[in-house]
Amino acid sequence: MGRHTCLFDLHVALGARMVDFGGWDMPVAYGSQIEEHQAVRNSFGVFDVSHMCIVDVTGARTRELLGRLLANDIGRLTTVGKALYSCMLNDRGGVIDDLIVYRMEDDNFRLVVNAGTRDKDMAWIGAHAVNLDVRLLERRDLAMLAVQGPQARERTASLLAYDGSRSVLALKPFYATRLGEWFVARTGYTGEDGFEVMLPASEAGAFWQRLNSAGARSCGLGARDTLRLEAGMNLYGNDMDEHTNPLESGLTWTVAFDPPERDFIGRTALESIRARGSQSKLVGLVLDERAVLRSHQRENVPGIGEGEVTSGTFSPTLGHSIGLARVPSATQGLVEVDVRGRLLPARVVQPPFVRHGKVLVQ
Amino acid sequence: MSNIPADLKYARSHEWVRQLADGNVEVGISDHAQAALGDLVFVELPEVGRAVAAQEACAVVESVKAASDLYAPVAGSVVAVNEALGKEPELINQDPYGRGWVMRVKPEAGANSELLSASDYKAIADEG
Repeated sequence: MGRHTCLFDLHVALGARMVDFGGWDMPVAYGSQIEEHQAVRNSFGVFDVSHMCIVDVTGARTRELLGRLLANDIGRLTTVGKALYSCMLNDRGGVIDDLIVYRMEDDNFRLVVNAGTRDKDMAWIGAHAVNLDVRLLERRDLAMLAVQGPQARERTASLLAYDGSRSVLALKPFYATRLGEWFVARTGYTGEDGFEVMLPASEAGAFWQRLNSAGARSCGLGARDTLRLEAGMNLYGNDMDEHTNPLESGLTWTVAFDPPERDFIGRTALESIRARGSQSKLVGLVLDERAVLRSHQRENVPGIGEGEVTSGTFSPTLGHSIGLARVPSATQGLVEVDVRGRLLPARVVQPPFVRHGKVLVQ
Repeated sequence: MSNIPADLKYARSHEWVRQLADGNVEVGISDHAQAALGDLVFVELPEVGRAVAAQEACAVVESVKAASDLYAPVAGSVVAVNEALGKEPELINQDPYGRGWVMRVKPEAGANSELLSASDYKAIADEG
């Protein structure tokens, strides 16, 4: 049996089908996964993402630590409340994890890292923190709910435990604010507007039910995966890992080579990869045939080489299958994917596939 | 808990089999199987007239999550397929033992099938 979030009993009572996800028993869907997906595209839904690991990092030299650990530049968090997406790399430029870092106060930062990488992340960060006298505090006392969809912000603002509707509605994308013990961020993993709310675990069940009463559909990790893939967002472990680097994973935009004097771990490796050019790249695929792309399917790129699907699913918004794939750098146009023994043509596109309810690919 | 009608037979691979009055059998996937697969998005049906061996993969049901083969529970020939699944694969989710049927097979003479009773299948379904 896996670990339980504080909302486990509520999920079961709501009829969720529970599955193992990175060592946690999590709801994959409460009914129809496609209807949950569409609720987030068209109105709003709520996800339990409390399995993710929240770590508060404090100490006078925190900025120095994160400047060394993160490929994106912590210096971009010029104001309190700003958030930044970044990879954390090893010496070879491989991705240890991807995360979001929030600036809480001047020298206090909050990291949200993946559930499945929690142990190695804590060990890695801890090993680098020890000489800087920086403290890590894992916040298992908090739950995290993602409320996502075009109506999410408006409908959620009045349901918070604190009277903070004006300040949360004023948040710009990738900004967060603290409301007492709650922390509300305008971030997400669906391609829709919304909030991620970190709050005391003891208050999470009641908040979830208030959201349901206000019309939020309970959504499982199944819908979260189809939503993030339509939004062209990478999933750690599928689309990048320690053996691949951000430059070949569609994440070049998250690597801050400027300022040139910032010596982050992996920088030297990435600079030499950048100088000689990446061998491969991550692209989007659209399959027009009645079949579904799945991770690890092999691809033939005519005249160029081979590739592999890293994430694939049926796209509820498009009505056919989409995926992300790692292919040789020269790839364009069409590839052939081995789908259950048949070679099917898939079109190479630039993700995202869908953002804010709109289809962005043909 | 999944629904396992007592008047049907079941295969270990999660198909159900209904004996029809004309001697043919109707085949679909169990409620337990459709729930495990989640939302169905494509169904690949066999051609009518195709000869099938027992336990031969002859259709594919594909959900958002995974593709799964449907195996013939008995040797024979396919006499009908549920064309409605082409446009509405979700019929399998909504009504697995009714409008979500997949195919009808005319068993070949003397064909044996090793099918389970509802109670024996329930024991398998409960294991996961």
